[in-house]
Amino acid sequence: MKVGELTYREFSRMLALSGVNIRTEPFTINVSSNLSLVSEGLYLLYADYPLYPEHSDFVDFYVDVAAPKSLRRWYRPKVFFSYDGTMPFKPLPQKQALPVFEWGLNWCVATSAHQYLMIHAAVIEKGGKALIMPAPPGSGKSTLCAALVSKGWRLLSDEMALIDRGTGLVAPAPRPISLKNESICVIKEYAPNFIFGPESDETHKGKVSHIKPPKNAVDEGVVPVEAAVVLFPKYNATSETVIQSRSRALTAIELAENAFNFNILGKEGFELLTKTVAGCDCYSLVYSDLDDVIDRLEQLMCTELDGKRASVNG
Amino acid sequence: MAKADLISQVIVEPSQAVRFDLEQWELLVRQGKHAFLLAKLYHKFCEAELETEILAPAKHHFLSADMIAQRQRIAVPLEVERVRALLAQLDLDLVLLKGAAYAVSGLPAANGRTFSDIDILVPANKLDALERVFKDDGWIGQHMDAYDQKYYRQWMHEIPPLQHFRRGTEVDMHHTILPPTANYHPDPMKLLEKAVRVAPGIKVLCPEDMVIHSATHLFHEGEFEHGLRDLVDIAELLIHFGKKNPDFWVRLVPRAIELELIRPLYYGLHYARKILSVPIPNQVMAEVALGAPNPVMGKIMDWLFLRALRPNHPSCDLFGAGLARWFLYVRSHYLRMPLYLLLPHLVRKAWKARFEKKAEGIPAFIPGEQKK
Repeated sequence: MKVGELTYREFSRMLALSGVNIRTEPFTINVSSNLSLVSEGLYLLYADYPLYPEHSDFVDFYVDVAAPKSLRRWYRPKVFFSYDGTMPFKPLPQKQALPVFEWGLNWCVATSAHQYLMIHAAVIEKGGKALIMPAPPGSGKSTLCAALVSKGWRLLSDEMALIDRGTGLVAPAPRPISLKNESICVIKEYAPNFIFGPESDETHKGKVSHIKPPKNAVDEGVVPVEAAVVLFPKYNATSETVIQSRSRALTAIELAENAFNFNILGKEGFELLTKTVAGCDCYSLVYSDLDDVIDRLEQLMCTELDGKRASVNG
Repeated sequence: MAKADLISQVIVEPSQAVRFDLEQWELLVRQGKHAFLLAKLYHKFCEAELETEILAPAKHHFLSADMIAQRQRIAVPLEVERVRALLAQLDLDLVLLKGAAYAVSGLPAANGRTFSDIDILVPANKLDALERVFKDDGWIGQHMDAYDQKYYRQWMHEIPPLQHFRRGTEVDMHHTILPPTANYHPDPMKLLEKAVRVAPGIKVLCPEDMVIHSATHLFHEGEFEHGLRDLVDIAELLIHFGKKNPDFWVRLVPRAIELELIRPLYYGLHYARKILSVPIPNQVMAEVALGAPNPVMGKIMDWLFLRALRPNHPSCDLFGAGLARWFLYVRSHYLRMPLYLLLPHLVRKAWKARFEKKAEGIPAFIPGEQKK
C-alpha cells in the first residue's frame, strides 16, 4: 500500500495517533505529527512511498514533529523535533515544520547508519552509472540535481551519498529535493511539471521548498548503482559552462571532508573512499545555463559509459 | 502500559533474545540506544556467540553502535596520553576514573562501552596550576557564565568540564569525590594513595575503590540518563574482580567503611543484584547492610531507583517515573549542599531556564563534525 492510497483524512488521523510507518529506502521510519503543515506536506511529497501497517516491519527511526501542548501553541508557535522521545535540537518556529522533519530525519541517518560511508552530496543516475555531486551549501548542487532529475535522470538522493560498505555501490535514498531561495523560482520555471511542497520562510537557510520525488525514483529505490563520476558544481551567474578534470587525490580528500562518518569508519572508510574515487572520473564544474550544462553532462556520462565499455572490450 | 526493560534481561541472559519477536527486537534497539548500551548489548551477543541470531534489520543498528565504540576504544588511549603529558609537566601522575580507567586497564566493563568524557582525579592544591597547563594546551572551560563558574568552583567536587577546542574531547577534573558541602567527607588522598599504576605515569583506582567510586558517583547523581549504563559498569566490575581475586570481596566493605562511603556501596550492590542479578556473596550482603537506609526509607529509595535505573526510554517508564526522576534530582542537590544554599540555587536555575534566551535552531549540519 502507498501513502497516496489513503484519503488525506485517514493519513492525518494516523499521523496524529500512532504515527505512520513509511518505507523511505533504505530505512523504515515511523513519523507522527499533530501539525497540519506536516500532514499536508508529507501526504503530498511522500504519496508514492510504501506504507506499512504497525509492527509489520522493523522501524529504524521513530520521529515526531509536533507543536508543544502548552500555551506556546498559540504564542509565537514552535515546532519540536523528537527522535524517539529525545529532542536533539532546540525548537524552531512552527512555519518550518516540514524542513524540520527533513533535517531531523537526515540527522537520524547521519548519526547512526554506519553500514554506509555517508557523504554530503547529491547523487543521480544516468544509464546505470551514478554521478556524485558533493558541494557546500550555496554552490547550486540541489538546483542542478533538480534540473537533471527533470530531464529524466534518476534521483538517488539530494542530500547524501550512501556508499554500501559491503558492495561498494551507492544505495539510493530518494527523498524530496530541498531547494532554497532563488532556486525555487528557477526550477519552478525550468521544470513546470514538478510538484512543490509548501514554502517555509525565514529558516536559517532562508526560504525552503521541497520537490516531490518522481515516482520512478521511489519505485527503483532498492536498485543500487555503481559510482562513475564525481563532480563539484559551482553556480556562477556570469560564467559559461566550464568542466575541468581534477585530481583523484584532491577529490578523495574533499569527499572525506564532506563525509558524515569518515572518522568513525576509520581505515575501512579510507579504503572504501579511495576505491570508489579510483573507479570514478573527477571534474569540477562552473555553470550558469541549465540547458547547456545538462547537454554537457549527458555527453560526459555517455562517453563515460562508452569509455568503460571500450576498456572492457579492449 | 510500560513495557519490559529488555536491556537488563539481555545483559543477564543474552539467549533470551533468541525468542524475541520483531516488536521486541525493535524495542531492544530503541531502549539500547537511549540507554547508551547498544554496543554493550552487541558485545554480550558476541560473547555468547549469538550475534548470528540478531534479527537482520536490527543488526545494522548494533553494528553501527559497535563501530562507534570501537573508534572510541582507539581514541581514548590517544587522548589519555595527551592528558598524561600535561600532568607530567607538573610531575603528577594521571589518575583516571570511570570509563577511561576501565579502558586503559583492559577491564571487561570497557567492552562495548561508549565514553562522553575523560574523568580524572587530581590533588586539590594543584588545581589552579593544572587548569593553566590545560588552557595553554587549547582546553576551554565550558559553562562560562559567571554563576555556573561560581557554582562549580564553590560547591562542586569538580571544576567546569574542559573541552579541547579542536578535538572536542572533554575532561572532567575532579579534586575530590563528593562536593565539599556534602554530608560525608571521604578523603580523596586515601584513594590517591592506593591507586594502581597501569602504565608509566598513568594510574587507576584499586579494584575496591573503583567500585566504591563508581557507586558513589551513580547514587549521588541527579540525572539518570546514563544510570543503567553506570549500573552495568558496577555489575561488570563486581563480576570481574570477584572472580579474579577472592580477597576482593573480603576487602570491599571494610574499605567503604574506611572511606565513609558505605551507603552508596550498599546501593550499588543492592541494585546490581536486584536489577542485573549479579551474584554477590551473602556474607558481603550481610556486611554491607550496615549502610542500608532504615526500612521505610529503603522502600522509598527502591521505589525511586527502580524507576530511575530503567532504560531511559518512554516505552518502559513505570508509573511515576517522571516524579521519581524529579525527586532524585532534588535529592542529588540536597546531598550536595545544605538547604540554605540549595534553595537559592534551584530558584536561580529555574529562573535561568525560564527567562534567559537561548540560542535556537538546528545546529548547522557540518559533515565530519561528530560529537565524541
